[in-house]
Amino acid sequence: MRVQLFGTCVVDSLYPEVGEATLRLLEHFGVDAVYPRGQTCCGQPAFNAGYRAEARGAAEHFLSVFTGSDPIVTPSGSCAAMVKHHYPELFQDSPRLLEKANGVAARIFEISQFLVQVLRAHESCFQGSGTLTYHASCHLTRTLGVREEPLLLIASLRGTQFVPMPDAGRCCGFGGTFMAKLPEISCAIADEKAQSIIASGAGTVTGCDSACLMNIADALKRRGSAVRVAHLVQLLAEGL
Amino acid sequence: MSEHQTSLNFRENAARAVGDDSLRAAMRNAADTFGTRRAAAFAAIPDLEALRDQASDLRLQVLDNLPALVEEFSANATRAGATVHRAVDAAAAREMILSILTERGVRMAAKGKSMISEEIGLNAHLQAAGIEVVETDLGEYIIQLEGETPSHIIVPAIHKNRQQVGKLFAQRLHVPYSDDPQVLTKIARRVMREKFLAADAGISGANFAIAESGSLALFSNEGNGRMVTSVPPLHVAIISMEKILPRLSDLPTFIRLLPRSATGQAITSYLSLITGTRKPGEATGARELHIVILDNGRSEILAGECREMLKCIRCGACMNVCPVYRTVGGHAYGWTYPGPMGMVLTTLLTGMKNSYPLVDASTLCGACVEVCPVRIPLVPLILKLRERRVREGLSDPKERLGMRFFGAAARNPDLFYWGEWVSRLFWPLIRKLGGKDVAGRLPEPSGRPFHRRVS
Repeated sequence: MRVQLFGTCVVDSLYPEVGEATLRLLEHFGVDAVYPRGQTCCGQPAFNAGYRAEARGAAEHFLSVFTGSDPIVTPSGSCAAMVKHHYPELFQDSPRLLEKANGVAARIFEISQFLVQVLRAHESCFQGSGTLTYHASCHLTRTLGVREEPLLLIASLRGTQFVPMPDAGRCCGFGGTFMAKLPEISCAIADEKAQSIIASGAGTVTGCDSACLMNIADALKRRGSAVRVAHLVQLLAEGL
Repeated sequence: MSEHQTSLNFRENAARAVGDDSLRAAMRNAADTFGTRRAAAFAAIPDLEALRDQASDLRLQVLDNLPALVEEFSANATRAGATVHRAVDAAAAREMILSILTERGVRMAAKGKSMISEEIGLNAHLQAAGIEVVETDLGEYIIQLEGETPSHIIVPAIHKNRQQVGKLFAQRLHVPYSDDPQVLTKIARRVMREKFLAADAGISGANFAIAESGSLALFSNEGNGRMVTSVPPLHVAIISMEKILPRLSDLPTFIRLLPRSATGQAITSYLSLITGTRKPGEATGARELHIVILDNGRSEILAGECREMLKCIRCGACMNVCPVYRTVGGHAYGWTYPGPMGMVLTTLLTGMKNSYPLVDASTLCGACVEVCPVRIPLVPLILKLRERRVREGLSDPKERLGMRFFGAAARNPDLFYWGEWVSRLFWPLIRKLGGKDVAGRLPEPSGRPFHRRVS
C-alpha cells in the first residue's frame, strides 16, 4: 500500500523526530510512504485568523502538491481537520478546485485514525513502559471526530499503564495565533492542563498534535515538572 | 471596576483577571459545577441530539418569519390587555420605559432578572431620573449592592465567593457577618419582601414570547420573577425581538432544553406564563402590562451572515465550558454578554470598531458548539467575524504583514524553507525580541528540518 505523508509545518521545523517516527511506523506495517516534494503548511494559521485569501493560497498549493489517489497521512489532528472540513468550504465558488478539495478531504487521515482504521495496528503489540496519560486535542476530537483510535493504540502499548487525566478533552490553551495574541490567558489555560497532567501521576503525557504538545511541554517546564511529553507516534515507534 | 472595562481592552482586562486568584477560583468552581450538572441532566435524555435538531429548526423557522411573528405576538398581546411598544434602539427603549413609569408616578420599581435591561443600561437611566430600582434576583441584588454588572448571563454574581458576599451584606445592609449561604439568602429575602410590597411597578424580561397567544414565558428559580410580574399594579416587560416562539406547543422543547443547559435542572422552580393583564375575577396579575420589544441592531443581524446567533436562548452553557471564559470571567469581555455567545453578539451589536480585540477571545476549541442546545455554529461565526475584521482593516498591522508573508511562503516552498532557515539562524534574536510569553514558549527550530531528512 502506498500513502502520501503530509509532515505539517510544525513537525517540519520544530519536531522532525515526529515525522521520522511516523515514517518508521508506516514502514513497519508495510506501507510505502511517499513524501511529496514542495509541501508547506495547510494554511490554518491564516484561516483561523480570518485571512481567507492567504488560507486559500496555501490550500491551492496543497492541492497542487498532493495529487493522485493515494491516502494522505498526517501526524496532526488539527491539520487533518483543516484539510477535511475547511478546504471544501474555501472553494465553494470554484467547481474545479472544489472537486480537488473534496478529493483530498476524502483521502486525508490523521495518523492514529489511519493506524487503527486501515492498518489495524492496535491489534499488534508495541513494547511500552511506565505510566502514560493522554491529552485529547480539540480539533482531533471535536472537528475530526477521532476519539477512540488513540486510546486503542495506547492500550496496545504492553507494559504501559494508562492513567487518564482529569478533563482530558479540555483545551490546552494553544489555539494557534491565540497563544501569541493572548499569552496571559493561553498560559493560564495551559497551567491548568499541566496541573491535570501532574495530578494524573503519569510519567509521560502523549497526544496527536505536536503544537498542543509543544504548549503543554512549555507549561510543564514552567512548573518544573519532569513529565515527558511525546507524540503518540514516538511512543509507538519506540515500542516496535 | 467593570465600568472602566471595554471590549477594546480585552487583553488588558483579561491579563488583570488572570492575576486575580479569588476570581479564578470562583470561576473554576462555578463553571465546573454547572458544566457537570448540565452533563448529568442530559444523561437522562436519550434523544438529546434529535431534541437539539428540533430546537435548532424551530429557532430557524422563527428567524425566517420574524417580522410577521413579532406582528402576530403584538396583536395577540394587545388583545389580551397589554400595551406593546417597539423600540428601535437602546435609547428609545430607555426613554419609553422611563416615560411609562414617570407618567404613572412610579417612585420605586422591583426588577426581575433581565439581560436586555443590562444591554440598554436601564437601571442607571431610571435612577438618574429619581426612580429607585431594586434588583430582586439574588445574584443581581448582590452585584447591585456592589455596583457591578453581571459576569454571567444566568449566574450574575458567579465571580464572587460567599465570603465576599458576606462582607458586602455586613457592610451595606448593616447585618452581622455570615458566609452561610442560607443566612445570606434569608437576609436578602427579608429586604426584598418589603420591596415587592412597596414597589409601584415591576420590571422583568422574559425567556420567550409566544406569538399565537401573546404570552410571556419566564423561567425562574427564586420566585422573584413571579412576585415582580404579579404583585405591583404595573408590570413593564422588556424583550428582544428574537425571543419569539410561534406556538405554545413549541415551548415544551425549550422547557426540556433551557433549564438543563443553564443550571442542569430538569425544570426551573417556577415557570410563569403571563397572558395580558389581570382579568375580572382573577386574584393575581398586574392591572397594567407594557411590553417593550427591542430591536437594537437585531434586524441588521437577521439580514447578515451571522443570523444564526439570533437562535440563542441565553442558557449560558457555552460560557460554562469555554476555557477562556472560565479563566478570565465575564467582566473582561467589557460589555453585557460574555463567553462565546457574548463575543459574537457583542461584536454584532456594538460594531466591529468597538469590539475587534474581542474576536480573539477563543482558542477555537469547539467546546461551545458541542453543548449549544440550539446548535449555533459558534466557531464558524467567530471565524466569519475574524474575516470581517480583516476585510474592514481592523486587524493588527503586524499580523497583517506576517500573514502576507505567510500567504506568499505557503505557496512557495523555497520561500517557506528559507523562512524556516532564517528563523533558525536568528533564533536567539527572535527569542529575545519575541518576548518570553510568546517566542520564549517555542522550542528552538531544528537544524535539520524534516523535509531535509526525508530527501
